[in-house]
Amino acid sequence: MPELSLLADALVRATPLIIAGLAVAFAFRGGVFNIGAEGQLLVGAIAATAISLWAGPVLGRLTLFVALPGAAIAGAAWAGIAAELRRRFRVLEIISTIMLNFIAIHLVSFLVRGPLQEPTRIYPQTESLAEAARLPVILSGTRLHAGFAIAILLAVGFAWFFRRTALGFRIRATGAAPAAAWSAGRIDVGRTSYIVFLVSGGLAGLAGGIEVSGVTFALYENLSAGYGYTAIAVALIAGLNPLGVIASGIFFAFLETGALALQRDFAIPSSVASVAEALLILAALAVSSLRGRGIPGLKRVRPT
Amino acid sequence: MIALEPFLEGAVRTATPLGFAALGETITERSGIINIGLEGAIIAGAFGAFVAAGTGHVWIGFAGAAVAGMLVAALFAFFAIRIRADQIIAGTAISLMSLGLTATLYHQLYGATGAALSIPTMAVAEIPGLAAIPVIGRALFAQPPITYLLFVLVPCAWWWLYRTHSGLGLRAVGEDPRAAVAAGVPANRVQALAVLLGGMLGGIAGGVLVIAQAGSFAEGMSAGRGFIAIAIVVLGRWHPIGVALAALVFGAASALQYLFQAMGWSLPYQLFLALPYVLTLLGLAGIAGKSTAPASLGRWQDQP
Repeated sequence: MPELSLLADALVRATPLIIAGLAVAFAFRGGVFNIGAEGQLLVGAIAATAISLWAGPVLGRLTLFVALPGAAIAGAAWAGIAAELRRRFRVLEIISTIMLNFIAIHLVSFLVRGPLQEPTRIYPQTESLAEAARLPVILSGTRLHAGFAIAILLAVGFAWFFRRTALGFRIRATGAAPAAAWSAGRIDVGRTSYIVFLVSGGLAGLAGGIEVSGVTFALYENLSAGYGYTAIAVALIAGLNPLGVIASGIFFAFLETGALALQRDFAIPSSVASVAEALLILAALAVSSLRGRGIPGLKRVRPT
Repeated sequence: MIALEPFLEGAVRTATPLGFAALGETITERSGIINIGLEGAIIAGAFGAFVAAGTGHVWIGFAGAAVAGMLVAALFAFFAIRIRADQIIAGTAISLMSLGLTATLYHQLYGATGAALSIPTMAVAEIPGLAAIPVIGRALFAQPPITYLLFVLVPCAWWWLYRTHSGLGLRAVGEDPRAAVAAGVPANRVQALAVLLGGMLGGIAGGVLVIAQAGSFAEGMSAGRGFIAIAIVVLGRWHPIGVALAALVFGAASALQYLFQAMGWSLPYQLFLALPYVLTLLGLAGIAGKSTAPASLGRWQDQP
């Protein structure tokens, strides 16, 4: 059935968009302007690849249980650089996370031509992951892998977390009105946004790990088709709502796979998808501004 | 020290586009608006330069760059000033859109292979006498004429911002827009003008890349220079002279690779590619607390 495999392809593409979209939504909700999901995703992909290649032969089917948390930790650590710079030196995270994105791209480029290059040393990519280190397919006959289920569970989990837990409330309060959160709620705003930054980076890193274990099975330079940037559109169109991120992630996945089909069949460059994404963000901004309120939960904490 | 001269020449060459973009952003930020869409103005300027220089004249190319940069800035001004949307989100979306749109147009107009069109480039114009000064002569006075324009613009910008009534008005708007309005300064108009001027200089920065350096257009050739320029504005403490020096220091650091090559040291080339971004992070951390932004920078809540 070609329709089924088209649908599955779109859901495969939606997986990193949903998880990275959650990362961005989580950060923006907590008043952290993390534009660095792309870099955190790449670093997560590096970690998952390295762990799977080195420890895979020993761990066998348990590899995923080390590789995916490893990816999340690597992404959190990469975001941690920006979080530290913000906490200690008041460096704007918008700038620092974008710089870290570029550094991560060059890091991947270095690794796949250096220490992690495949044994024949011809192609700029790593060896392929062993079968045991890959995420299982959940819909036989298609490429749809277990990562999509993880993405849905994460979105539901975060929706519950924001609504039902004290930390979730503190994060929403910090993002919505940092001064009030501090004075009326005795919330340690600095600490809360630090945690938000790390969790956001961890989610983006996990998205990268899942992309390697479920789709590419190897690390190479163009592993991410700008998922970390699209994730910003995904999060904003969802109104920073975790359950909304599922819908907008799938929507953007269809938009992008559609653009790829246009490129293949009609030679229309797939970069039109990023134009459409940007226009959607701007339209959302215009609508919310003209209604006289910002995007819900989006008030910036100024680090100066 | 044979290697020193090409190193210094490389430093000034790298600093030129950054200097234009950062000078423009300095003017914009002094009016209280942070334009993250600067990256978009640069790539639009590069594309505009490529199209306009097809007529055969380099200065028409630069005019095309300036107009393209201003168009992008005008779109940003609508969102940031007319409807007071969040500047960071609007700027990010506009950068994303400009990168996608220029890539799409380039594919459509010049085909997937590109480079069908040869455009005139701006040759080096030595200033007789001055270019013969030992060590620094060629670096400063054997550059394309557009670089000399920057040499003139920097003191002009300083004069305007610090020694004229309208410059004082612009800085007043950046510190406290409501007080400026009360004092009779048309804050909205001043900010719109500052954004357009910033976009124009950002566009010219893109023009420098195409006409004075690469000689052709490539997708995403702005390569994060807009974001680096925003960091340079912080490093230069929002002062035209300081910003020009910061751009030069930055150019020098990026040109280190010429020095290393000349000395025969071999290091992975990705290290040099990543260096500008690493330096930006280190520089921002290094000036912590020593730099004060215009008081209302990026705060749409303060706006009249």
